[in-house]
Amino acid sequence: MTERSEITKTWKLFIGGAFPRSESGRVAPVKDLTDRSGGKALAYAAQASRKDLRDAVEAARAAQEKWAASSGYLRGQIIYRLAELLDGRREELIEVVRMSGRVGKSKARTEVEVAIDRTLSFAGWCDKLESVVGGRNAVAGPFHCFSQIEATGVVAVFAPEEFPLIGFLTLTLPAIACGCSVIAMPSSVEPIPALIVAECAPSADIPPGVLNVLTGLREELVPVVAAHRDVDAVVASVEPEMAKILQLGVAENMKRVRLVDPQAKFLEDLAWSSPSAFQAVTEVKTVWHTVGL
Amino acid sequence: MTTPSTNWDYAPAPESTKVEIKSQYGLFIDGAFREPRSGRSIETINPANESSLSRISEADAADVNLAVVAARKALKNWRRVPALERAKYLYRIARRIQERARELAVLETMDNGKPIRESRDEDVPQAAAHFFHHAGWCDKLRWACPTANGSAPEPIGVCGQIIPWNFPLMMAAWKIAPALACGNTVVLKPAETTSLTALRLAEILQEIDLPPGVVNIITGAGETGRELVAHGDVDKIAFTGSTDVGRAIASTVAGTKKRLTLELGGKSPNIIFADAAIDQAVEGIVSSIWANQGQVCCAGSRLLVEESVADEVIEKLRLRMRSLRVGDPLDKNTDIGAINSRGQLDRIESFIKLGVAEGAQRHDVSDVALPSKGFWCKPCFFTEVQPAHTIAREEIFGPVLAVMTFRTPDEAVSRANNTMYGLSAGIWTSRGSKAYEVARQIKSGVIWCNTFNQFDPAAPFGGYRESGFGREGGRSGLSAYCA
Repeated sequence: MTERSEITKTWKLFIGGAFPRSESGRVAPVKDLTDRSGGKALAYAAQASRKDLRDAVEAARAAQEKWAASSGYLRGQIIYRLAELLDGRREELIEVVRMSGRVGKSKARTEVEVAIDRTLSFAGWCDKLESVVGGRNAVAGPFHCFSQIEATGVVAVFAPEEFPLIGFLTLTLPAIACGCSVIAMPSSVEPIPALIVAECAPSADIPPGVLNVLTGLREELVPVVAAHRDVDAVVASVEPEMAKILQLGVAENMKRVRLVDPQAKFLEDLAWSSPSAFQAVTEVKTVWHTVGL
Repeated sequence: MTTPSTNWDYAPAPESTKVEIKSQYGLFIDGAFREPRSGRSIETINPANESSLSRISEADAADVNLAVVAARKALKNWRRVPALERAKYLYRIARRIQERARELAVLETMDNGKPIRESRDEDVPQAAAHFFHHAGWCDKLRWACPTANGSAPEPIGVCGQIIPWNFPLMMAAWKIAPALACGNTVVLKPAETTSLTALRLAEILQEIDLPPGVVNIITGAGETGRELVAHGDVDKIAFTGSTDVGRAIASTVAGTKKRLTLELGGKSPNIIFADAAIDQAVEGIVSSIWANQGQVCCAGSRLLVEESVADEVIEKLRLRMRSLRVGDPLDKNTDIGAINSRGQLDRIESFIKLGVAEGAQRHDVSDVALPSKGFWCKPCFFTEVQPAHTIAREEIFGPVLAVMTFRTPDEAVSRANNTMYGLSAGIWTSRGSKAYEVARQIKSGVIWCNTFNQFDPAAPFGGYRESGFGREGGRSGLSAYCA
C-alpha cells in the first residue's frame, strides 16, 4: 500500500475579506528551516507586489470608518471571537511554530498560549482605553472640555521575523481594537501563523478590509508603505536599515510611527497590553463646548 | 362604500417559549444547591396572575454562615488565579447568558411582572454586557485603580451583596461582575419575590465550572439580609434598595471595618425646557416614569416643565399615556406589566390617594380594563402639584408622575435640587451650552441630556446624598472592589 502524500498548501494573500493570489502571479516557498539542505518547502505563499499593497490600502480605507464607528463592545466581542477561533486551532499553531525549528514543542506551546491570551487581553481594551487615557480636562473657563481617543485610520504593520504569532498579534491587535484597519506583513521567514490568523478573521466577523495580510519581501514592500500617502501610521519591528527607510519615507506625510525592537521580549505580558500599546494608532481629539445659559 | 373597521386592537402576541421551573430550589453554596439548615422556604408567585411559580429556600443565620465560610475558603485560591484566567470565567458567563437569553427573559418576566420586551431587550442584554465588560478589566486593574506604587490592587475579600426586585438579573450582574473581576468572592442575596433568575445564574456558574464558593447565592427575606450584613467575616457590603434599609445597613456596619456602597432611592427631576424637541421629550418622560412600571430607582418621577410649553407637553403626555397597553407581561405588545407584589401595589395606591387628598389633580386612562388577578396599577400623572406635597417629595416607586412647572432655568435647578435624593436627572433642551450649564448645577450622580434611562457597563452609575454613595460600572465602579 502506497503512503499517502500530503496536499502541499499554497497560502494566498488576505485582502478585503477575500483570499486572492498576487496580481504579479508570484509565489515563493516557505522554507523548512530544520532542513539543512535548505531546499525543502513547508508550503508556498503568494508574494505580494506593490499593486497588491495598494489594493490592500484601498480595502483598508474603505472599511475603516465604519469599523471605527462601531461600539467598543462590538469590537471587543469580535476580537474575543478571534481568540476563540485561535484557541480552536491551538495545536495546529503550536505545530507550525515548532516546525520552523526555532523553538522546541514546549516553548512553542508557551508562545502560542500567551499569544491567544494576549488576544483576549486586547479584546478587553476596546471599550476601556478611553476611560484610562481620555477624559474631561479641567480648563480654567466655562467650557466642557474633554479629550476623546480616536483611531488614527489605516495602519501598516511589519511584524517581527521571530515570534511569528505573538509578535504579529501584539503589533496588529491594538490597531484593530481601537478602530483602525490594518495591512499586516507577517514574518517573511515564518509567515504561516499569521496566515492562520487571516483564515480565522472572517469567521470571527472581522469586517472585510479591517485586517489584510500580505506575505512578501520586506525590501519591496517597506518603501511602498513609506511613500504611500493613504497610510496613516506604521507599526514596524524591522532591522535598522529598514527602519531608517521607513522613517525617511514617513517624514514626507507625517505618518505616525511606532518602532519595536525585533529582539524585544514579546512573551513578557504587562508592557505589551497596556495603554502605551496604542501609541501611534490613536489620536487624541480635544473638544470644547460652551457652558452657560 | 362600506364603513371601515375601527377595531385596531393588536392581535395577541404571546411569547411562546416555555421555561422549566423546579418546584423548589435550595441555596447555592460552595458550588452546589443545598437544603437550607433553616428548613424553611418561601413561595414565589407570578405577580401578573398570582399563580405559584416555585418555592425558594429561606437562609437563616447558620445558612448565611455556611455561605460566608465557603466564600472565605474559595478566596484563597481565587485571588491567585491569574488575571486572564479569571477573565475567561467572566467571558464564559457573558456568553452563556447570551445563549440562554430567551429563557432568562421569560423567567424574569414571570417572576417580576415586567413586560417581556423589557426583559428581552434591556435586562438580559445589559446583564450579559456587564459580565463581558468586566471580564476585560481583570488584567487591567493597575491602570484602573493603581496602588501607590503603580501596581495592581488586591481584592477586598468576601463581599456580601443584597439586590432588589426591580431588575433582578441585571442587578446580580452589576454586583457579581466587578467583584469577581477584582478577585473577590461573593455571597449574594436576591430579593425574595424575584430570586428565580439569580438561581438560574447559579446554574450557569456551575455550567462554566466556576470554582466552588467563588459565588454563593442565598435566598431569603429581610432576616437573611440582616444576617449577611452583620456577619463578622464579610469584608464588604454592597446594597441596592430603599433608602430606609440603606440607613439600617449603614448603622449595622458602623464601627466595623466593613467597606460599604449603597445605591438607594430617588425622586429624580426630568426638566423640559421650552426649546426642547418636545415630541422626543415626551417619549423621554414616558420612558422615565412608565418603563418597568416606574419601579426604577432613577425614575424621572418629577416632571419640571417650562411654563410656556406645559400645556403642550401635558396634552401630548396624556395622548401617549392613552396608547400604553397594560396587560399580560408575556405578550410582546404589552407596555405596562404587573406591579411586583401586593405590598408594593398597596404602597403605590396609598400614595395616589394621598396625592388626591392633598389637592393634586390625577390624570389616568379610565377605560383601561385591568385583569382580575394579579397586581395592576394604571399609569397616571398628577398636575396641580406643590413641592411640599407628599407625592412631590417621597419616592413612590410606581407609574405615578408628579408634574410641576417653572419659568426660569434658575427656578428649574432650584426645584430640581429641592430633594434629599440625588440619583439622576433629565435635561431636555436643544441648546448644548444650556444642557451643560444646568447639568453642572444639578446635584445628581447621573444626568441624561435629551435622553433618559441610558445604561452601559462602561458608564459609572450612582447617586449623591441620600440616593447613596459609590458607583457601579466603568472605571469608577471598580474601586469599590479593590483593597
